[in-house]
Amino acid sequence: MEDLPNAEQPPQEFPPQYHTGRVPNSKAGDGKPRLLLMGQRRSGKSSISSVVFHKLPPSETLYLETTYRIKKESMHSFMDFQVWDLPGHLDYFDPAFDTDNIFDEIGALIWVIDAQDEYLDAIQRLNMTILNLQQSYPNINIEVFVHKVDGLSDDFRGDTFRDIIQRVQDELSDNGYEQAPISFYQTSIYDHSIFEAFSKVIQKLIPQLPTLEALLNNLCGACNIEKAYLFDIMSKIYIATDTSPTDIVTYEVCSDYIDVVIDVSEIYGWDRPDEAQDDAETGNNDAESLITMEKKGSRYLYLREINKYLALVCIMGQEHPAEKKAIIDYNVGVFQAGLKQVFPKSDREAQVEIRATGEQ
Amino acid sequence: MNSTAKRQKQRKVLLMGKSGAGKSSMRSIVFSNYVAKDVRRLGATIDVEHSNIKFMGNLMLNLWDCGGQDGFVENYLTQSRNHVFGSVAVLIFVFDIESREFPADVISYSNIIRALHECSPGAKVFCLIHKMDLVQNRLRQAMFDERADYIREASEGFKDTVEFFATSIWDQSLYKAWTKIIYYLIPNAGTIEALLEQLAEVIDARELILYERTTCLTVAHVTRKTEEPNPFTDRFERISSILKTHKQSMARHTNIPAGSANFAEMQIKTGRFMFFITRLTENTNLAVAIPPSEQVFNAARVNIFQVRPKFAELDIASKPRPPIQQAFTGSADTMDSGDKGKGRDLGA
Repeated sequence: MEDLPNAEQPPQEFPPQYHTGRVPNSKAGDGKPRLLLMGQRRSGKSSISSVVFHKLPPSETLYLETTYRIKKESMHSFMDFQVWDLPGHLDYFDPAFDTDNIFDEIGALIWVIDAQDEYLDAIQRLNMTILNLQQSYPNINIEVFVHKVDGLSDDFRGDTFRDIIQRVQDELSDNGYEQAPISFYQTSIYDHSIFEAFSKVIQKLIPQLPTLEALLNNLCGACNIEKAYLFDIMSKIYIATDTSPTDIVTYEVCSDYIDVVIDVSEIYGWDRPDEAQDDAETGNNDAESLITMEKKGSRYLYLREINKYLALVCIMGQEHPAEKKAIIDYNVGVFQAGLKQVFPKSDREAQVEIRATGEQ
Repeated sequence: MNSTAKRQKQRKVLLMGKSGAGKSSMRSIVFSNYVAKDVRRLGATIDVEHSNIKFMGNLMLNLWDCGGQDGFVENYLTQSRNHVFGSVAVLIFVFDIESREFPADVISYSNIIRALHECSPGAKVFCLIHKMDLVQNRLRQAMFDERADYIREASEGFKDTVEFFATSIWDQSLYKAWTKIIYYLIPNAGTIEALLEQLAEVIDARELILYERTTCLTVAHVTRKTEEPNPFTDRFERISSILKTHKQSMARHTNIPAGSANFAEMQIKTGRFMFFITRLTENTNLAVAIPPSEQVFNAARVNIFQVRPKFAELDIASKPRPPIQQAFTGSADTMDSGDKGKGRDLGA
């Protein structure tokens, strides 16, 4: 009789690759890709998930207590996903653990390494984990966050980062595992790097990514936009951007801008008792915002709410906004319509539907 | 307009407290566009550092940041007693919540208070209990109350008027305290508010907030009936903090100094409200919250443009002014926009 180690897995038509944007295979049927946060104890896993998904101010993470149990959290957004925070002191390959249950449906494994600490142990455990996982779940994206880099000087930060990459890759290739799907990021909860890293992790799990990029490219071409981001409003992770080069500064500006709009909207968008009466008056129900700078020749910022979860944030070219406002409005409308086709139903029922067809 | 009419009203503000309490950090953040984490770079203040900040109206802040080391304090109290404590409008005394020698701080505080009472009895005292972020959230209020009571007992002649604020450079509490201080200092706050109130009525605004551009501190605000039940009572310092953060973010991105990273205009339009910020006078911006309607929005923009000279006049001197209505009639004639705003009211 033939041995079928992967009988539990649904058949894969193409070998999993980096950046394929493949649909996360979901067996248990909740349809939610899972992100696992792993790493040594005190490397900052719980801090990361609190800052990114719960908007905890970074300074408050000092008071977080050690995680002793696996913490599972669901995020409801344009795409539902789960984040599991795994305490660092446990050995997950101990036979007592139900490894299948943990690693079965994950989309990405995020391994957090404390760059300010002795990291050799962490690397060793990471490699062990990768090698273990590689046998049964070869299509997991491994994302290594070299974390707490804010405490290192610029030179030292680069050295540490390269050293970690080198060590991980050397050891893996020594074990005969050459093309591991691993990416590395320098992160810190005190700036935007953690959000950017998460953005890239999540983007790999979105099958529609190439289409979204194409849509954004078209939009940029049509309206003289320098850079456009499609943001998940709640987490401030960007799920797509046009294909022009990205730098973290533009991301920061756009992300800060979302904060401004959200904060102001929170203050003045409270439920008014007498609201219903003049519904006909309201021009647009999707929020829209524009900032022009006083200095001549500065770029300006434009934000438009696309749906409940997503917002388009653009850095515009140097013309005066008023002249082109109509064109921009029109084109953003077209983009919005295009997006609707990409995510036909962005709510729960669509996912139920997908799951139903998948089971047949 | 001759130069004598332009004479500024200087208001002397003393910033005091123990060395390392956070006086200069606070000053740099509020007045010099520092980001909270940049204040690590600041060294100790030697003797007194003066800064002048021009505010709305005829208010010019003359801020004395007094180094807090014992040697300097000794000097303030003895040799330069009259020089330092004479004609003071406001004393801001900063206490470090983490200080290990709190009773000693209070003794030094009461020495200063005594000197102040002697030289400028009409001054106002604000005590900021600073670095509150270092205390765990649930303990904050209790600790603040305890300290405040203790300090009040030591406040002698200012016992009844002294005001306390819990502050931290890491959140908006700093703006809350400074907004109160600035509001106290503005000589013609009443006039400005009356003018704003009229403006709010004409453009049918829900709320108007006038703030200073560099510090983003609220100078005055007007809230009309529709906005009064707003659950966010701390919204003014929140907006200060939001705008300040954004200003810094823009400065970092565009590589222009934070001092000149001002936006010409910012608009936010949603189905529930519309909001925009525009320049009003040389040093101030006006934030306007209005009902969600394009007509009201456009009319409001035009009207504010027209009313600018009125506010600019306040900057110069308190001469008798023609009533504000004239400014608006002018706009209605040329732009017909005043009518539009009113027309909507009737239609609704």
